[in-house]
Amino acid sequence: MTRFFQFLADGISTGAVYALIALGYVIIFKASEVVTFAHGGVLAIGGYAIWYARHHWFDGDGQANFWMAVVVGLLVAVTISLLVERLFIRKMQSMSASIIGICIMTLGLDVILETYTNYGVSKSGTELLDFGNPWGIGAQTIFGMRIGDARIAALVIGAVIIAGLFLWLKYTDWGVSMRATATNQEAASLMGIRLGRVAMVAWAIAAVLATIASIFLSAAPAPGFDGGTGKLAFKAFPAAILGGLDSPGGALVGGLTIGIAEAMTKGYQSNLTFLGAGFHAVVPYVVMLLVLVVKPTGLFGSKSVARA
Amino acid sequence: MRSSLTKYIGLAVLIAVALYVPFGVTERNWLTPLNLAMAAAIGAIGLNILLGFTGQLSLAHPFFIAVGAYGYSFFASGSDPLTKAAAETDELSGLGLHPILATLLVLVVAALLGAAFSPIAGRVKGIYLGIASLGLVFLTDHLLQNMRSVTGGFNGRRVPVYDVGFTQISSCRPKECVVNGIPFGQPEKLWYLLVVMVAVSYVLSRNMMRGRPGRALQALRDGEIPASVIGVNLTRYRASAFMVSAMFAALSGVMYSLANGNITPSEFQVDTSIAFLAMVVIGGLGSLGGSIVGALFVRILPDFITRHGDKIPLVASASDSGGLKPLAMARFIYGGTIILLLLFEDDGLAGLARRVRRALSRRSPGEPADTTPGVGELQTAPT
Repeated sequence: MTRFFQFLADGISTGAVYALIALGYVIIFKASEVVTFAHGGVLAIGGYAIWYARHHWFDGDGQANFWMAVVVGLLVAVTISLLVERLFIRKMQSMSASIIGICIMTLGLDVILETYTNYGVSKSGTELLDFGNPWGIGAQTIFGMRIGDARIAALVIGAVIIAGLFLWLKYTDWGVSMRATATNQEAASLMGIRLGRVAMVAWAIAAVLATIASIFLSAAPAPGFDGGTGKLAFKAFPAAILGGLDSPGGALVGGLTIGIAEAMTKGYQSNLTFLGAGFHAVVPYVVMLLVLVVKPTGLFGSKSVARA
Repeated sequence: MRSSLTKYIGLAVLIAVALYVPFGVTERNWLTPLNLAMAAAIGAIGLNILLGFTGQLSLAHPFFIAVGAYGYSFFASGSDPLTKAAAETDELSGLGLHPILATLLVLVVAALLGAAFSPIAGRVKGIYLGIASLGLVFLTDHLLQNMRSVTGGFNGRRVPVYDVGFTQISSCRPKECVVNGIPFGQPEKLWYLLVVMVAVSYVLSRNMMRGRPGRALQALRDGEIPASVIGVNLTRYRASAFMVSAMFAALSGVMYSLANGNITPSEFQVDTSIAFLAMVVIGGLGSLGGSIVGALFVRILPDFITRHGDKIPLVASASDSGGLKPLAMARFIYGGTIILLLLFEDDGLAGLARRVRRALSRRSPGEPADTTPGVGELQTAPT
């Protein structure tokens, strides 16, 4: 039974990271009505910028240097994300392009961003960029379980950020205007809400969440940052879809669900050999497909009803 | 009757070029990339039916291409001595069926799998289907790595030759047949098979899209509610579009495996989904001929850059390794092309061609302007 709770704790910690990425999808979808495939590219750029800054500018020991590098990474990711929104998304929306067209364009942007980071990784001479141990290598014993400090950090930081985001959405003016925009763009615009600014704030927040997620995906106990780290953002799609793509609470539940499902199948993989080696890596997608068969609008998604 | 005359001339030129290619391509190793590109064209046509005509985004194309490639190898392995020996040493199973029968069976399997996905493909709309189908791509990799007796796992498997009685397409010792000084080996024969297959796919899909099903799909894409009012069964048509596109993908997979000679899981990943989307977007949504051109462009680009890398700025050549790898450069180019086309000409190359044609006909006052809308023009959905 200890083993079960151990896996559960691992799963919640991984799930928090997926939830961070999935919330990015949801916030962007709410503000711009766009599903962005370039999120993985932004995540990769942010992670790569952190490594670059840490390696080239703040290469001394000590936590302060790491946090300086994180600030650089956040700035880079937010800048890129805002450029994407201003230069490409809004331009296409002003041409009243179809949502699918915009999505395919974000795929093109993702190709460019990820190819660029891959190029950076290959130029560095190593396959895996080392993020070190920003959270230390210790472990705590909680209720008889040994849980690594890195996992606790992911959980705590993820929880704080997500809680902050929910409070922000609920109580601040920005949060209210974002929810108003999500409900009815036209009405929100008539009430004096500047849709452009709301969209920019949303894309900036999504970039921040993705960059923070990139730290957890790359620093110990993960092996490091490589060309595939950006692709991990795809794994948060199931989390966002489970929640219905327009529900932040759903993204949180979705993230935790797939995090736990992944950790459980990984932990018990010796009992699940009939599913093949490495099945835990595809569990999020399997869960998503199963949910979509039963409920095509996701678990928490609002159903749009049309009358002919 | 100017337009029909130019059409016939164009067709004749196209056929002449297609026949001439194996003789004209002097660098022998260029023919295999061309064959791979032609194989991709069939898949791009299939994806266009889904994306351009139905408005459904699918990233699951590599799944069905893998079904085609591995399915063909599985059904036909053991029908020739080479794969028979390989199958015994590697413990790969194969049914040893006739290649043509194997191809047909693969198409049936792809259709069944496409239909099995219909609870999702029929009910999940547009971009949501894109995300759902992403799941299939990752599942593909998992299955290919783990179903070792069929797929050969990480190392993949060798593809049996296409032995059709009178001639063995894809294995002929160069000395056996020489035509006009050109050794007529496997890539040359395969090229003609591919030309036929692409032509058949094009004509089939064009007729389908001009007929009742195509009109129903376009109505569905341009507005669900009006479409359902005029009696289009949305769920059924979405699901069947997905199924048809899966069959084209599987045929493309069979041809890919023949052109490549062996197949490994690395070829069937998300990058391939994106490359196929690029082909369709670059060629033009809703333009089937454009898809063929788009496929040639996207598939040949990396090889072109590899061979001429020393003349292209920023690309790493053999002497210095500081530049971009050719594949990275190709990805930058087609990623950028997608973005620019979507921003400035969302009918892709087909749209550009139409603009040029219009500009030309405007300049010659004697000719009445061609006012018949092209396939692509029906696409510009009022949103």
